[in-house]
Parts: sequence; C-alpha cells; structure tokens
Amino acid sequence: MIPIAFDYVRPTTIPEAVAALVASGEDGKILAGGQSLMPVLRLRMAAPSVVIDCSEIADLQGVRDDGNSIVIGAGTTHHDVMNSPIVKEHSPLLAMATATVADPAIRHRGTLGGALAHADPAGDLPAVALALDGVLSVTGPNGSRDIAAADFFTDYFTTSMAEDEILVSVTLPKLGAGWGYHYEKFQRTAQGWAIVGVAAAVHRSNGNITAARIGLTNMAPSPVRASSVETALSGADATVKAVGDAAASAADGTRATSDLHAAADYREHLARVITKRAVLTAGGI
Amino acid sequence: MTAVEEVPLSPAGNPIGFGNMKRVEDQRFVRGHGNYVDDVSLPGMVHGAILRSPFAHARINGIDTSRAEQLPGVLAVITGKVLEGIPRPDLLGDNFAWMPTLSYDTQAVLATDKVRFQGQEVAFVIATDRYIAKDALELIDVDYEPLEPVMDAKRAMEPGAPIIRDDKGQQDNSITDVHGHKDWESGNAIGTAEAIAAAQADPDCVVVTQEVMYPRVHPAPMETCGSVAFLDKVTGQLTLYTTSQAPHAHRTVYAMVAGLPEHKIRVISPDIGGGFGNKVGIYPGYVLSIVGSIVTGKPVKWMEDRNENLTSTSFARDYHMTGTIAATKEGKILAVDVDVLADHGAFNGVAQPTNYPAGFFHIFSGSYDYPNAHCKVTPVYTNKAPGGVAYACSFRITEAVYLIERLVDCLAAELGMDPAELRLKNLLRPEQFPYTSPTGWVYDSGQYENTMRLALEMADYDQLRREQAEKRARGEYMGIGLSFFTEGVGAGPRKDMDILGLGMADGIELRVHPTGKAVLRLSVQSQGQAHETTYAQIVAHELGIPPEDIEVVHGDTDQTPFGLGTYGSRSTPVSGAAAAVVSRKVKDKARQIAAAALECSPDDLEWQLGQWHVKGDPERAKTIQEIALLSHGSLELPDGVEGHLEATTVYNPPNLTYPYGCYVCVVDVDPGTGQVKVRRFIAVDDCGTRINPMVVEGQVHGGIADGIGMALMELIAFDEDGNCLGGSFMDYLLPTSMECPDYELGETVTPSPHHPIGAKGVGESATVGSPPAVVNAVIDAISPFGVRHADMPLTPANVWRAIQGRPVRVDMAVE
Ligand SMILES: Cc1cc2nc3c(=O)[nH]c(=O)nc-3n(C[C@H](O)[C@H](O)[C@H](O)COP(=O)(O)OP(=O)(O)OC[C@H]3O[C@@H](n4cnc5c(N)ncnc54)[C@H](O)[C@@H]3O)c2cc1C
Repeated sequence: MIPIAFDYVRPTTIPEAVAALVASGEDGKILAGGQSLMPVLRLRMAAPSVVIDCSEIADLQGVRDDGNSIVIGAGTTHHDVMNSPIVKEHSPLLAMATATVADPAIRHRGTLGGALAHADPAGDLPAVALALDGVLSVTGPNGSRDIAAADFFTDYFTTSMAEDEILVSVTLPKLGAGWGYHYEKFQRTAQGWAIVGVAAAVHRSNGNITAARIGLTNMAPSPVRASSVETALSGADATVKAVGDAAASAADGTRATSDLHAAADYREHLARVITKRAVLTAGGI
Repeated sequence: MTAVEEVPLSPAGNPIGFGNMKRVEDQRFVRGHGNYVDDVSLPGMVHGAILRSPFAHARINGIDTSRAEQLPGVLAVITGKVLEGIPRPDLLGDNFAWMPTLSYDTQAVLATDKVRFQGQEVAFVIATDRYIAKDALELIDVDYEPLEPVMDAKRAMEPGAPIIRDDKGQQDNSITDVHGHKDWESGNAIGTAEAIAAAQADPDCVVVTQEVMYPRVHPAPMETCGSVAFLDKVTGQLTLYTTSQAPHAHRTVYAMVAGLPEHKIRVISPDIGGGFGNKVGIYPGYVLSIVGSIVTGKPVKWMEDRNENLTSTSFARDYHMTGTIAATKEGKILAVDVDVLADHGAFNGVAQPTNYPAGFFHIFSGSYDYPNAHCKVTPVYTNKAPGGVAYACSFRITEAVYLIERLVDCLAAELGMDPAELRLKNLLRPEQFPYTSPTGWVYDSGQYENTMRLALEMADYDQLRREQAEKRARGEYMGIGLSFFTEGVGAGPRKDMDILGLGMADGIELRVHPTGKAVLRLSVQSQGQAHETTYAQIVAHELGIPPEDIEVVHGDTDQTPFGLGTYGSRSTPVSGAAAAVVSRKVKDKARQIAAAALECSPDDLEWQLGQWHVKGDPERAKTIQEIALLSHGSLELPDGVEGHLEATTVYNPPNLTYPYGCYVCVVDVDPGTGQVKVRRFIAVDDCGTRINPMVVEGQVHGGIADGIGMALMELIAFDEDGNCLGGSFMDYLLPTSMECPDYELGETVTPSPHHPIGAKGVGESATVGSPPAVVNAVIDAISPFGVRHADMPLTPANVWRAIQGRPVRVDMAVE
C-alpha cells in the first residue's frame, strides 16, 4: 500500500495545469480529491511520473446559474455540490445521487469532476450526467471543447478526453417544471458502492407520464440509458402496473458483469426491480 | 451473587469490586495515545517487506534477487535458499526455511520448492525505509511454473488430485495429527448410528439430514499483524515487539525455532488493535523480522498492509458439515451424527489443544438433553492460506453451535413445530448439572429455560409470530430466528490441554506496595477486552483496594509470569481465577500481619470491606493499606510470616466454564432484491458473575456485529485459478453501525461453581451465538418459498437465488 515515487506540482490556473500535463508526456495524472487516485497509486495500479494537484485552481470551483442550465466546476466537492442551493433547485437528481456517495469524509474531499473523469462503472454520478444530458467542458493544449455525456464515457475507467486534457466543468440543462427525480441505489452496506443504481427523472401531466430519463449505474462498462424503458414510459399511465411493465425492459441492451457481489443475471434482475422503484418514486406514484 | 449487588465506591467513584466502571485504557485510546507495534520506533531501525506469491500453487524454478540488491537503500534480500543454508539445532525441523506450526505441522517461512497458496511468503527485503523496501520487491525475479491449484476441499480428497504437501512425502492431501490419526472422532458412533436407524424405521420418529457450509471468513482486526525485532549483538538479547495474543507462548516457540536462549528473549505485546484469534499463531513475517535483525544488526520493523492481512494470515471456519438429527414426532431429540470435511489450507496451522485436533467442535450436541451424539472430522490440505484459529477462535465452538442450531431449526420445519417450543422441549434442566454430554464434556451450571424464557419475553415472541402471520398475508417477509448456545471456555485443565506441549495454566503475581497501592502482573494479553480495568476490579473485590490504586501490567514477558495468553475466552476463566486466588493469598497473609499488630490470634479476626477487624469489635481494625505499611515496617512478625505483602500463584482450572445464552433475531427480507435488514436483536447471556457489566455488554455488542457480518456479508472466496477474492474491504465487507440494530441485552446470572468468583468468560459468546440466530431468521423469512437452508453469507444475491430454488455455492466464485 505504498506508491511508487512521483513528482508533485500544484498549479493555480487551468493553463498551468494543462502545461504541466503536456510537459509530463503521457505520464502525468491530475489529482482532484484523491479519493480514487490515491487508492490506485497505493495499490501500484498506476505509476505516474508526476501528480498535478488541481485542488488550488479557483477556476475549477463552484456552481453557477447560467440561465437555461447550471454549470458546476470540476473541482467542486461532493459536499459542496449536494449542499448548493442552485443544484438543489435545478438539478435535485444530482444532489440526491451525490448524497449517496461514500461517507461524509470522502464527500468532503472527492469532487464531481474527479468522479466523472475516473469513470468508474460503479460510480453514481456518471449515470446522472448521462440521464440529464450533461455536457462536459474540457481544456487542452489546443483549447477547449464540449463533450456530451453520451460521448464522454467510453469504457471501464475510460473517457473520450485526451491524455493532455483536463475536465473543467459540467453543464446540466434545467429541466423545468413538472419533473420529479429519484436516485435509487442498491448497495450491500450503507457506505458501499452501487451494485446497481438507477437515476430517474420523470415528467408527469394529467395522470400520464409524458417523458422519462433513466440512467443506469454499473450495468455495463460505462453508464447506460435505459432507452426502451424511457420509450415505454412516454405517454404511459402513471400507475404501478404501467411502470412495472415498462421497467421489465430495464436490462435490455445492458452488459452487466459478474463479480463477488453479484452475478450478471442478478444485476439484470436488480435493474428491473430498482428501475421500477426509482420511477415510481420520481413520478410520485 | 448478582450483578446488581451493592458495592462501595472509591474516592474516584469506581466500584471497589464488581460493577460498571469506565475502561481505564480508553483514556489513552480516545486521546490517540495508544502505543501499537507500528508506533514503535527504535534508533537505527530499518524496514522489511515480504514478496508474496501471485500463484496458489506453483513450482519455484529460481529466484534472482540481484537487481533488488543493487537498489540503493536495500540492505539485504533473504530467500528460502538463504534460510535453508542455516542449520537449526533442534528437533522441530532441520533448517530455518521451515518452522513448526501450533499443530505440530511444518510451515514454510519462505518458500523453497513450491508456493502453496496465493500470498505465501517468497522473499524478504530489508531496506532503510518502507518505500525502498516495497520498490525492491518489484525487482525480484521469480521463475514460477504454475501447477493445478486445489481450491475445493472435496476435490482435494479425490484420487489423482495434485499433492500439495509433497515436501512431506505425502501421497494424498489428508492431514495426519500428532497422534497419527487422519480423522478425528468423538462420541458414541455405534449408539448414534443405531438410534438413527431405529428412528428411521419408526413411523413415530423423523430423521433430518442437512449439509451446512460454514465458509471461510477473516477476523480483519483494525490493526494488521507486524513486529519490530532487535537482536543486540553485545548482550545477546532479542527484543521483539509484536502483535501477539500470547507473548509467553510465542517466546518459548521462538526459543525452540531459533535455538535462542529463552532468557535472552523478551517479547513485548504493546496495545493490540483487535485479535479475534488472528494474532495467536506465529507468522513468517515475525520470524523474518528476527532473521532480518540478525542479518543486519539493526532493529527491523515489518508491518502488513490490509491486503496481506486478509489474504495470508489466519482465517477462520471453512467447515463442510453434514448433520443428521433424529427425533420423535413429539419433538424429543434422540441423536445427532455429524460428518465434517475441514479445509485447513496449505499448512496445518490451527491452534488447538493437542488432544483436540478439531478443537472443541464436539460440543456440537449443544444445550439439549439426548443420549447419543457422534462426530467425525476429516482435515484436508488445500491451496489456501493456513491458520484456522481466528475469529473469536472459540476452538471451533462457533461451527458446532451453528450446526446444531441450524439442525434444530430444520427439524422444527420438518415437524411443523415452532422452533422455540422445540428448543424448550429439549433444553437441559437445572437439576441435570453438572451434566456430562454425550461427547464427554462436563457442563458446570445452567438454568437454560429461565434464560430462554427471558429472551422470548423481551422479544415478545408470540406477538412477533402474529405480526409475521399478518405480514405474510400481505406478501411481506419478516423472519424470527432463535439460537441457544452453550460454550466450553477457559482452556484448560493442564492434564489434558496443552498447545505444543505447553500446559494451559496461567501464572500471576500481586504485589501491594507500602502505601497500599498494588501492581498485578498478568500472563494474558488484552486486545480490547479491558483487562486493565476488570482485573483491577477483581483485586478490588477481594482486597478492598480501590481499582484506581491497582496497576495491571501485561504483555511483556520480562515483566509478567508465564501463561498461555488470551483467546478462546480463556482469560477470565483462567487468569481471572488466578487474580482472585492470588488476592486471597495476600488477604491470608494480611490477616497474620493484622493479628500481630492487633496482638490477637488470626482466628479472632474477620474480614470486612478492605479491613481485618476483631470479631465483634469493628473499631479494632487494620485496613489493607495499614497492613501493607506494617508489612514493610518494623513490626515483629510471627514465625513463618515473611515481610512485605505479595504473592504469586499458578491457576490450573479444574474444568472449563460453560457460558450460555439465548438470542432472538428479527429480520425483514426484501423479496425483490433479496436484501436482509436486521431489525431487532435480543441477546440474553449468562456468563456467570459479571465483573463489569458494561464491559460484558461491549463484548456482546462486538460479537453480535461479528455474527451479523458473518451471516450476511463476510467471505473469503477464491476463484478456480486460486485467486483470493477477499483481499480488500471493497470485497471483504464488514458490517457498520448502519447494518446493525440497537441491541437489546438481557442477563441471567448462574455462577460457575468451580470458579473462585463464579465468572465464566464472555469474549466469544455473541460471535458464537449470533450467526445461527441471524441465519435462522432469514431462512424463517423465506420459508414460504420452500427454502429450508441456504449457506452463509446470505448476501442479497444468495437470498435471491435461494428464493428461486437455485443452488447457492458460497465458498467459490463459480456459477
Ligand atoms: C471508500 C470510498 C467509497 C466510495 N464510494 C463511492 C460511491 O459510493 N459512489 C461513488 O460514485 N463514488 C464513490 N467513491 C469515489 C468518490 O466518489 C471519488 O470522489 C471520485 O471517484 C473521485 O473524485 P476525486 O475528486 O477524489 O478524484 P481523484 O481521486 O483525485 O481522481 C480520480 C481520477 O480522475 C482524474 N481526474 C480528477 N480530476 C480531473 C480533472 N479535472 N480532469 C481530468 N482528470 C481528472 C484523476 O487523474 C484520476 O485519474 C468512493 C471512494 C472511496 C475512497
């Protein structure tokens, strides 16, 4: 549990951080809250030559209201995200899911950007970014670009960011009135990782479900949308029966894996059960 | 004697005797002033790290250490070849590459010919700091030739299975104990077989057979294992700071293993962050830190990380049990027969009294009155980590109680009888004590029915059953689980209990200083049991000295008398008795001195609240403090009475003590996910006299949490390639306060008749009693799905499978 020796720098601006990444060749690692990176270093599963600590970069911090959307700095801690009045008002699904991440100590250090960049299939927040059609802004030596969440998570612990890019912020569109939200996490111990998680946003009007967005955690190497459930729910009756019928297809198109905690068939079963519960709660049914 | 007996309070507000008192050791623990092995830092100290095998079974064709040796800061790299070259001058093996286990087997200190489990010790690097030591491990090149791993105890027994212990010339994977037996039996084989056959033939009887697996778990103490060794070349003195539950026994074993003179070895076991049996055995790492100090001439520290602790140190359980229970249709139990396949891993490292190769497993006949019981236990080698003492080791009573309590529930299901009623029908009655069990144990005392009725009353059992019926009608699945356990603890009478030839009696010394303060020197070592508090209370109870005036010294072989250490709930039954006996010796001597001072005959004196006074004249008295000063002064003492006020004793227990209890667990099972929520846990323990009820409750709380963990989540599993899948706390789940309910504790007090203060030991009661209560509750909850048994851990996935009637294999990650 002792890392290999590395150099350490602590830039205070985004350009400095990018410069440090470029200077390191392919060998630098950004450090945000360290809650995922430090275990990886200690287990010697990664051996960067330089660790670039971005925790002092003011431009990565904070949440702002941007009219039709909200923008969250990549370096904002889980604690600050879930307690932000802007997030609570306009993106309660993110606040809810963030509150289920680990424990208070970890939430005080871990960051939203770190959680997304790390792209852990069991991480709770990628599915939320995906369900809400978030947009991730990254900056590299050639300038900045925006990546849709649907294009960002590509594989296990892999994103479409280049080695020399850093994640700067996440933009989440405001969904507006009539939406209800719920993040349903199935875990074995109170502070455990998700075996399966479901991020649900449900829009209702006149006893019907008019639209639904559902992101699944840990049902594939990266988060997936339960599109067939979304389709089935659109226009469906807001009844337990209708939601149950729709949720029966929650595992369609997923690629669940087997591990010590759950075999793939059990994960698929959970996806159906948990999706139904998440939608019922989000829809207030 | 009851727990609520009024006792006087000391000036500090502590009971001068038994009663609730805050743990004195917590003063330093909560302030961060504990002193653990990893806190030890000696001048010039260097650091060791162990290279471990990535394979469960592989031949070693060569080890190249040259690149590691060249890394700046590396002082030495030791391999099995190096150790093999050092001859050992004793009978326990001929060179240093191998060491004896506590069961008279041999274990590799560093692998020479083969590696036999994943995580086995292959090389030891000594470097100037921990970072360099770890870096150097990556520079050691080992040429492994992988062999087929044997991960399944049943496979190990098959003809043609790869031979694990070819080093011993073995032809199969069976384990032969020191008496030459390949399996071990207890009880009445013929009588039991006949009783079961008769029941099978009798339409008024039923016979139920159930296979039950108690899978491999790990104690996972907060503090991992480690040591700091320093061999002073000038004085020849070896000082070893080490995570040891048995410092004296360890010193003797080191003397034997290393050929070092025992009087030149000092073993210090400072504060220990949890033991649970994990720190009973001697690990290669401890030996290597000693070797490292011999080689470098410097103090060498070795400290495991979490992964090393979980994958290579002493596990617990791994018992494949098949039980058969016969009873009348009215529910009178007639006989129980048990067959066990015991997975011991690659080296037989269990710590059991020599004459008990399966520990005290044969207490499985339980708390019930029936004449015929028999068990056969067959141990086997596999390519898994060795050990098998750990986790509230209890000498396998945990497995025994789990088996019988599951069998009784299976029987209840077969009979369609309430499990509480079935137990009440069969419990031993008070007038049967002392009771000789069908496998030969002599239970000392018990009022089982009282205890059980109290537990049922606290739980409001009948109301729970009504609630369950209502919920079932609504499609909700709650379960109520019971267990009744009897343990035999406090090993043990030296005539038939020893470990590696060392008898299990405990020494103790009590010295009262001139001012009436005292120091008590114990052989046993606390790993959280609050010895510094409770032993002072025993002396306070006997002598009337306030507990805050008594210093309890333990954990240092130079400062304490010989004894076998703390595990198997033995401290209070053995050393606790010793503390009372040595206090009584001091009290007797104090009487002689008081008589001399009061110019009367000792026979004219009576004892009351810390003083000897003339019978009928309490004014003519000498307090224990006054007597202490007199004993050190110039008072003329009678012939045969020496000055000073001190005594020693060695306590040899006449029998084990038999704590018992009844537990009730209430769970809710989510039929959609299989998730189990423990809603209530009621525990009524009878451990005889309670020295400090608060400490007893603490032990019970911890044990229930352990039990919930084992029943629902803890597991050291392997895949077919031999990879250990439980090597981190992401995979090896432990319960937190969020998974545990508020415990509802009750007590009955039935003192042990042969223990000086009537105490029975409680360290493992809840670990033993709680797993069957939780499992019985879960099975009860899902019984409407036709489930009669499912193995631990009852993870959500396993419960879900069980509900569907699909097989559950818990010990291996196979579909
Ligand atoms: C015990 C424990 C339990 C946990 N439980 C959960 C849980 O239940 N659910 C959950 O979702 N998470 C959980 N986590 C993970 C937690 O959410 C982490 O905070 C998160 O995964 C990583 O965030 P971080 O800021 O700590 O990132 P770091 O650990 O600092 O970095 C993680 C990775 O992201 C990269 N990175 C970080 N920031 C940037 C950036 N701005 N641009 C580019 N790359 C970047 C790093 O280089 C690194 O590769 C847990 C962690 C621990 C230790």
